[in-house]
Parts: sequence; C-alpha cells; structure tokens
Amino acid sequence: MKLYVNGEPRDVEAGLTVAALLEALVAPKTGVAVEVNREIVRRAQHASHRLSPEDRVEVVTFVGGG
Amino acid sequence: MSDTQLTIAGKRFDSRLLIGTGKYPTLELMKQCHEASGAQIVTLAVRRLDLSAKGEASMMHWIDRERMTLLPNTAGCYTAEDAIRTCRLAEELGMSKWVKLEVLGDERTLFPDVEETLKAARVLVKEGFTVLPYTTDDPITARKLQDLGCAAVMPLAAPIGSGLGIRNPHNLALIREIATVPVIVDAGVGTASDAAIALELGCDAVLMNTAIALAKDPLRMAGAMRKAVEAGRDAFLSGRIPRKAYANASSPLDGLIG
Repeated sequence: MKLYVNGEPRDVEAGLTVAALLEALVAPKTGVAVEVNREIVRRAQHASHRLSPEDRVEVVTFVGGG
Repeated sequence: MSDTQLTIAGKRFDSRLLIGTGKYPTLELMKQCHEASGAQIVTLAVRRLDLSAKGEASMMHWIDRERMTLLPNTAGCYTAEDAIRTCRLAEELGMSKWVKLEVLGDERTLFPDVEETLKAARVLVKEGFTVLPYTTDDPITARKLQDLGCAAVMPLAAPIGSGLGIRNPHNLALIREIATVPVIVDAGVGTASDAAIALELGCDAVLMNTAIALAKDPLRMAGAMRKAVEAGRDAFLSGRIPRKAYANASSPLDGLIG
C-alpha cells in the first residue's frame, strides 16, 4: 500500500504497524513522536496502531532551536 | 545578597538565563556553552526526522537532562493551529507540557502574530500546557496572555537573531509593572550589556540563542551572559541612583585648600 511519511510517498506492506514502520525507516527507538493524519499516536500505541493506505504520517524529533 | 529564585509555574530556578540549542558550530561546543551559561531551561525546536540520516544520535544526547528543563518551541509556525499541533508533538517527545509558544507573523521580521498567539494560548492553557509565549513588547498583549493563564510573558527586545538589543526599555518596564507572572525578555539580545539592561529593568529573566551560538567565541560569550544576567539582577535589587541633569561632586566641597 502507498502512504506518505514526512511528505514523501512510500510503498509499504499492507497493515504495517507504526512500530514496524519506524523499524523499516531505521528511525531511532527513542526521541521520536508520530502523528498519523494529524492525530498523535502515543508511544504505547506504536505496536498496535495499524496504518492504512494514503495515511499521512509525520515522524518528528527535537532539533536545535531558540 | 538575598534574592528570590526565578519561579515559573511553581518550579524554581537558580539561573535567570534561558538558552537555545540552535546554530552552534558543533553540538559538543553547545553542551559546553550550556554549562558555562549556568542556564537551567533550554529551548528546542520540533522538526521532521531526517529519514536519510539513519538512526543518528539525537539532539537529546547533548542536553544535560539532570539540570535542564526542556522548553520546546513552536518556531516556524504561522498559525495557531500549527502551533497547537507542534505543542502536542512536543509533549509526546519531551514528556512534559512546558512550551515556548511562538506564532510568527511574517518571515522578514519574525514578529509575533498576536491574534494567533492569543488564540493558541487559550487552547493550550485549557489542555494543561505550561505556556510561555513569545510576544511583542506591548503591555496590553502581555496582560491578555497573562489573563489567559500563561505561566510567563516573553516580550521581544528586538527581532529574533537581530542582536539589536533592548529597543524599547520603557515598554519592558511597563510590562514588568503590570505583570504578575515572570517577564522573560526573549529575542534580540546581541551582547552582555543587553542582557544586563533587561534585568536592570526588573525583568525576571532573559532567553537567548544567537547571541551566544554565533559569537566568535561562543563559550566565552556564554560565560559573559551568565555574569551579565547576574550583574543586571544585582543592580536591579540594589536600587540604582536617580538620573540627574547636572553633576553632583563625589568628594566633599568643605576643607578645600586655600
């Protein structure tokens, strides 16, 4: 299925969980927050939340700022 | 000399300097600057994870979590909606509800959009966030933010990153007069004397990033800012002499030789 991660289209297997997506992205295990279709998916839900086609996923982290 | 600690939303701090994490030549130098500055509150931005930099060590690796209270910002947000969304993400990231609310009006001046800032503050306070809003040096806006339940007000000294210093000391003094929450001068500080002036005016703290990060010697500047904030605070508590138009001799006029 196709979905969008940080604005970029990606092909992933159907029914992928947020946790599995982060794994596939080689994203750090800690220090990231995930939003799917503008709703936050809490860390505790990463393993159970299944993604759907056309989902818009944002994976964010802290960077330097003032 | 006795002084009360800076208290924001019931949390006490020994330092009256808040420091950023942007624009440092290296993260290692940033960490050293944080230490030299004595700051106990550190700002951060929330951005998309760089998916090409696989599994890289995060910014958090360079922040002393024992000492620092995290203050994620909403920099780069131009609407209340985006700022609120960013704060919710920041909470998920930092496990804390402290946020520096910053809703900008345009890219050239980076001046706050007061209307959107007020709108976002109202929602965030209701959601239980501890909101420290970046705002114009306008006493009326500061009062409105305070009345909404913001934990501090953070008027600008000058545009972000400009280094122009305290452009309107009278407005900052007016804000200090009416505010019952801490007044933190945020943005525009260029050098140590600017920070000292903010504290001399009675403001409770100063937040800065560029003035330290882009100084030729950031580590030395971090130390200078620490001293400036302490000196400014002491000068304020000491009670300065009034300004007079004419001279007033320091040495006695009696007993001059004939």
